Amino acid sequence: MKRLTGLLNFLAIVSMTCIMTVALSDPANSAGKYKHPEPQEWGFNGLFGKFDKSSIRRGLQVYLEVCSSCHGLNQVAYRNLKDIGLTIEEIKEISAQFEVMDGPDNEGEMFTREARPSDKFVAPFENEKAARVSNNGAMPPDLSLITKSRHGGADYIYALLTGYKDEAPDGVEMGDGMNFNPYFVGQQIAMSQPLYEDSVEYSDGTKATVSQMSWDLVNFLHWTAEPEMEQRRGLGWKVVLFLLVLTALLYAVKRQVWSKEH
Amino acid sequence: MSANKNNKSPTGNGLVNWIDSRLPVFSYMQKEYGEYPAPRNFNYWWNFGAILTFMLVLMIFTGIFLSMQYTPHVDFAFDSVERIMRDVNYGWLLRYLHANGATFFFIAVYIHIFRGLYYGSYKNPRELLWIFGVLILVLMMATAFMGYVLPWGQMSFWGATVITNLFSAIPLVGDSIVTWLWGGFAVENPTLNRFFSLHFLLPFVILGVVVLHVIALHVTGSNNPLGIDPKGPQDTLPFHPYYTAKDSFGLALWVTIFAAFVFFAPNFFGEPENYIKADPLQTPAQIVPEWYFLPYFAILRSIDFDIWFIDAKLGGVIAMFGSIILLFLVPWLDRSKVRSARFRPVYKWFFWILLLDCLLLGFVGGHPPSDHVFKDIEWLLFIDLGHIGTAWYFFHFLILLPLLGTVEKTKPLPTSITESVLDGDTSSSAITKSGGSM
Amino acid sequence: MTDQDSESVGKQGNRRDFLYIGTGVFAGVGAALSLWPFIDSMNPSADVLALSSTEVDLSPIEPGQAITVIWRGKPVFVRRRTEQEIKSASETPSGLPHPESDESRVLRPEWLVVVGVCTHLGCVPLGQGSTEARGEWNGWFCPCHGSHYDTSGRIRKGPAPENLAVPEYKFLDDNTIKIG
Repeated sequence: MKRLTGLLNFLAIVSMTCIMTVALSDPANSAGKYKHPEPQEWGFNGLFGKFDKSSIRRGLQVYLEVCSSCHGLNQVAYRNLKDIGLTIEEIKEISAQFEVMDGPDNEGEMFTREARPSDKFVAPFENEKAARVSNNGAMPPDLSLITKSRHGGADYIYALLTGYKDEAPDGVEMGDGMNFNPYFVGQQIAMSQPLYEDSVEYSDGTKATVSQMSWDLVNFLHWTAEPEMEQRRGLGWKVVLFLLVLTALLYAVKRQVWSKEH
Repeated sequence: MSANKNNKSPTGNGLVNWIDSRLPVFSYMQKEYGEYPAPRNFNYWWNFGAILTFMLVLMIFTGIFLSMQYTPHVDFAFDSVERIMRDVNYGWLLRYLHANGATFFFIAVYIHIFRGLYYGSYKNPRELLWIFGVLILVLMMATAFMGYVLPWGQMSFWGATVITNLFSAIPLVGDSIVTWLWGGFAVENPTLNRFFSLHFLLPFVILGVVVLHVIALHVTGSNNPLGIDPKGPQDTLPFHPYYTAKDSFGLALWVTIFAAFVFFAPNFFGEPENYIKADPLQTPAQIVPEWYFLPYFAILRSIDFDIWFIDAKLGGVIAMFGSIILLFLVPWLDRSKVRSARFRPVYKWFFWILLLDCLLLGFVGGHPPSDHVFKDIEWLLFIDLGHIGTAWYFFHFLILLPLLGTVEKTKPLPTSITESVLDGDTSSSAITKSGGSM
Repeated sequence: MTDQDSESVGKQGNRRDFLYIGTGVFAGVGAALSLWPFIDSMNPSADVLALSSTEVDLSPIEPGQAITVIWRGKPVFVRRRTEQEIKSASETPSGLPHPESDESRVLRPEWLVVVGVCTHLGCVPLGQGSTEARGEWNGWFCPCHGSHYDTSGRIRKGPAPENLAVPEYKFLDDNTIKIG
């Protein structure tokens, strides 16, 4: 046991050292000036966090009405919306608004048809080149994994959406067509402020403030990034508890076996 | 656990006997994992052999099931991994087990290596055992590197580009070698395809070398915290049940920690950029390898000057590969007759400094060389730390180790493991008596 | 332990055995359960299951014509039968290799929907195209081993043991069916 304590102590010291060195150093200075996002109290935070389904559904509305004109959601299928509480009719209603290329038919022709629940979210642009041409040379990134693929995750996306300033502070030279946002690397972002007060009208009566819409949208995007989260944590508790009991039992066995030798 | 005298019949079972007389797998297991006389004074650092075996099996197992769903093509690889995460039943679990498994495999192997360095497990007669071990490390690194390319994210692509480009530093044939590695003129579909093939193959090569590693171990017998040879049966215990019980406990504890990461922080060791699909036209702001490669990466970048006719690029590559190749030579670089650092008061200190040095190099490897280490200290850049760390690393192995062997005054060794156990002397506090029921 | 009598040693032995066996069983159950994710990962995934039903537009098919659609990775024959074909299908003698009435194989007599996989060894029978061989009963003919199917997709001659399977389907409206 003493050995084990020693081992744990050692691991603790090593990890503390690493954390402190990382904390003391300055990670920001390589990537240019930008502001770190403030941590938010997300419902999905922590070991017991859950998705806020009603917020996610509102976020879906924000995505469909605002973001989807430039940003794709390649990895998500319309059928997945069942997981956030939509009925199959509601899903079909959404998918029917989009057209996908299918074919070839029996005459060898490609044709377009309404998207089905089994289709992935239809991208706003045919390809990257088309996206760039329509967006001043910038490529609006796909949003499926956005909270997973950015340092700062959900907090960052929220900070970015709510962080637009009308005018750049003195001394900041803005590029052509660029917008000032202190949270973006370099503080200049090609995307203009996407959300304004009442950009959407929520059917559940929630007031559509910029922070509310951003909040809902980030909840939605966090769900699209890791839809397995609730299942993962649920199974995780069972597995970890099982392993803790097993470890305790094996420790008892080990002591029993070794009792003759001490 | 009564060992059968003639070793023919591990159990009374007729079928077992029938097989065993034709192919002695059962008596082999009985001999090597039942009766195998292990020194009685192993501490918990000796658990990592079992843990590593488990990790290798887990990686192969999850890997095979993942390969049933993965598509090794640049157009589909990223999406097929996301399909595994979203649509395949328990696909997220398989993938997170595999990705975090690589991390925990490396944590375990590094602990295992440093344990060997501390207790002198590489010394006569265990040189070959050690060499097989270093070979396993090299194979693991190759496997992990190619495995990281497969999800075809930004870090996959740019990591592959940067690392394969290292070979272009080789004089005369460098560029041809890189083109050959790629199967083209950039990291492209042929590259991804061959990396998938090799990533599938190499684990089985590792498995083969592990078998050699274990056979070599069982020929020489295990080292122990005192570093002295067992004098007779009183110094050893049969592997089963003593160390099977101890290993099982340690393994369960390890898997618990592992599971906590897999289920609750699966991307803790990952890089967010790798959730962006590879884009050959856009380099990420900073390319960082997986954490387990950071120390080597730091060494690579620390040679930023020409040495005589060797330019900085080639120098860095030589230093990086040299830092690994050096490990093969450790049994001959360390001239000390005493194995365990417990009886080497000076080496003990330098061991800890080496460990800190490797952690430092890892830390340096994760930052751009031209960055300030601390915001307010103008003169200290990461490259400076890299210089110091790299210099110390080579100094330790090439100068200190040979030197210490001759100048260090070692402590007297106990005459036997049992004597040390019974005395309970301070230098071998491994054996604490629980309950004193001897 | 030396001062304990044999009875308590026996008791302790029992407790020890219980611990060993209990731990072994506990670990064994865990190991067995942990196999399930691996096994289940080979079952059809969510995206595959999402394609397990397919809708077919019947409007472009003229009487006497047939189309082939892919459903769950297999061809499904949808044939709009002529009066003649319906008649010959319903007036079938008894004593078929796999007796089934034509009525039990269709929802609406005009439309025959069958899985286009020969029940012998899994080849795709000919007969969809207007120029293809349709066999002696004017239905389908399997070129692999010479099975003849009639206009109801029933086996009439040859090695196939069963009629062509009728998939689960329903009419969403007069011109659309949903298979699966």
